[in-house]
Amino acid sequence: MTGSTRSGTGLGRWTRALARWETVLLLALLGLIVLGNSLSPFFLTPGNFSNLVAALMEVAIMALPLTLVIILGEIDLSVESMAGLASAALGFMWAAGVPLQVAIPIVLVMGAVGGLLNGTLVARGGLPSLVVTLGTLALFRGMALIILGPRGVSNFPPAFTELGFGHVPGTVIPWPFVVFLALAVVLGIVLHKTWIGRQTYAIGRNAGTARYSGVRVARLRISLFVLSGTIAALAGVILTSRLSSARADAGQGMTITAVTVVLLGGANIFGGSGTIPGTVLAVLVVAVMQNALRLASVTVEVQSIALGLLLILSVLIPSIARQTRMAVDRVRRRRRQSADPIAGEPAI
Amino acid sequence: MAEAAVGARPARRNWLMAIGRQRELTLVAIMFVAGAGVSMIAPQFLSVSNFSQVAVLASITAVAAIGEAIVIITRGIDLSVEAMIGLVAYAVARSLELHALDPVAAVAMGLGIGLVLGMVNGFVVAVLKVPAIVATLGTLSIFRGIDYVIAGPHQVPLAGLPAGFSDVSIADVFGIPIFVLVTVVVVVVGMVLLRSTRFGRQVYAVGSNPEAAAILGIPSRLVVFVAFSLCGLLAGVAGVMWVMEFGTINGTAATGMTLAIVAAVVVGGVNTLGGSGTLAGAAIGALFLGFIANALILVGLSQFWLQAIYGVVILVAIGSDQIIRRNVQRANTRSGAR
Repeated sequence: MTGSTRSGTGLGRWTRALARWETVLLLALLGLIVLGNSLSPFFLTPGNFSNLVAALMEVAIMALPLTLVIILGEIDLSVESMAGLASAALGFMWAAGVPLQVAIPIVLVMGAVGGLLNGTLVARGGLPSLVVTLGTLALFRGMALIILGPRGVSNFPPAFTELGFGHVPGTVIPWPFVVFLALAVVLGIVLHKTWIGRQTYAIGRNAGTARYSGVRVARLRISLFVLSGTIAALAGVILTSRLSSARADAGQGMTITAVTVVLLGGANIFGGSGTIPGTVLAVLVVAVMQNALRLASVTVEVQSIALGLLLILSVLIPSIARQTRMAVDRVRRRRRQSADPIAGEPAI
Repeated sequence: MAEAAVGARPARRNWLMAIGRQRELTLVAIMFVAGAGVSMIAPQFLSVSNFSQVAVLASITAVAAIGEAIVIITRGIDLSVEAMIGLVAYAVARSLELHALDPVAAVAMGLGIGLVLGMVNGFVVAVLKVPAIVATLGTLSIFRGIDYVIAGPHQVPLAGLPAGFSDVSIADVFGIPIFVLVTVVVVVVGMVLLRSTRFGRQVYAVGSNPEAAAILGIPSRLVVFVAFSLCGLLAGVAGVMWVMEFGTINGTAATGMTLAIVAAVVVGGVNTLGGSGTLAGAAIGALFLGFIANALILVGLSQFWLQAIYGVVILVAIGSDQIIRRNVQRANTRSGAR
């Protein structure tokens, strides 16, 4: 509050820009790149960039709509199972002779229906999204297991596996990264430049106020869960393509990484704040971190510990920063009050 | 007309409210009815050995679910419980295999590890003020990572355990399996703790209205810390039971258990928004899920259906809770208006 009165001064603007979470992420990213480069001469090669990005793209794609869901004040834990269900359904249909041009749209519609189930239970049923999506986390995975059982389907045509495995011709940019960037741009514009985005923030800050201000809260909640389900199914298709195999256990464990990425990107788990650029930067930070750890031959097990720590720290650091800022403000206010007791009076 | 309608409704509402209040009885009734159906297809369902097998397996989930229920009643959630069970199970099994500890000391160590892990969760949630879902999603990864690092690819075989250690899971007192007795003791102690002590009433107070609890001077952060610690301790008990039951333990033990544990709590009628629910409900919820798994196998359905059915059971349980709650609220507002 005291900051807004000083917004004109150059110094205030600079400290605020530095204090932005995205800046912190950018600095962390640069630091990790320097670190990675010192760990291995292969780090900054084009081939490694392609590896680094490809391994995380399904999670990254899921994290984008999840950002909107979390800003809304909800959560969708079922995304990893929806990806698994999409993979299983795609494999099942392909094995049954359904052409992929037909099967992929069906899978995406299935994702939308799954999201509709989540959204309806949360928005119309008034149930907590944490428990609803924990239920559908089990339900969707169970359906994937029922459809495909323990077998894998792997005789996909090269044109399809190219989608997950190939690069944009003449570059080292994998196709899934292109999908991710395109989706980030679209959702970034929707969230930051349109009424949909403004209403999303409004619901996340205070759903009751938003409703009394004429926001159709239930409709937007349902729409965002549908979006999350559809994109999770898309991530499942891409995962199937990248591994050139459809399995019922595809995507297991991805939810925790996706949630980590979104929270690391600066979104508040209670809703009301978060940005798409933040999530994109967080994806890059996690990708570079995992890659650097791998180059330093740190085992996958230790990486799991690092991810858990990162998740907790991504909430802890901003809250410590906020408390420090509040403490500093309080000291400043008190100092100003003692210097000019009359000017300080109305503030109380 | 209007009088008649108002007069007719409360009977229905009372009936609904009665069910809402007696979730434990509802579950037992469903089990009886469904059990009759299953026994017609598979007569072996009704055998004593089958019953005790179901109850023994469900005991492990039940003990962990009781800890989870305490946390959920305070408005928290602990997603790391499966990793705590897994880590305790491996640590206990490995120390027994290496003859580093005698069985009693190993069990004590298991409970101690569980308690410490629970305290870590409690510290992160109550002291560092990280939201429970984020904190325990993080520690789920961390505890499991530690388990993997300690275990590596090693697997403790059943033969690595001292003779008689895993017999505890099949031992009984007067025909009642020891695991079931352990669960009953945990339920009774837990319910006395929650109903008849200051701490217990504070648990419900913090869960039903944190602001009011704070105004009343209840140390809510301490209450939350203790709730998570108890959850860890009971996960430790479940981890020790896991070793006795399965014998063969590697770094992936108990993976996926959190879902069954939270499902048991939710099915048992504990409000996921905190503030209400009983520990007996959570234990019966665990028995209910074990019963479903058993019935599924006996009826000849594939194991693959289990996950999907767990999902449906969770959704039905929270959905019916919500319908009952809305009816009760409507009845209350109407009777309040008159």
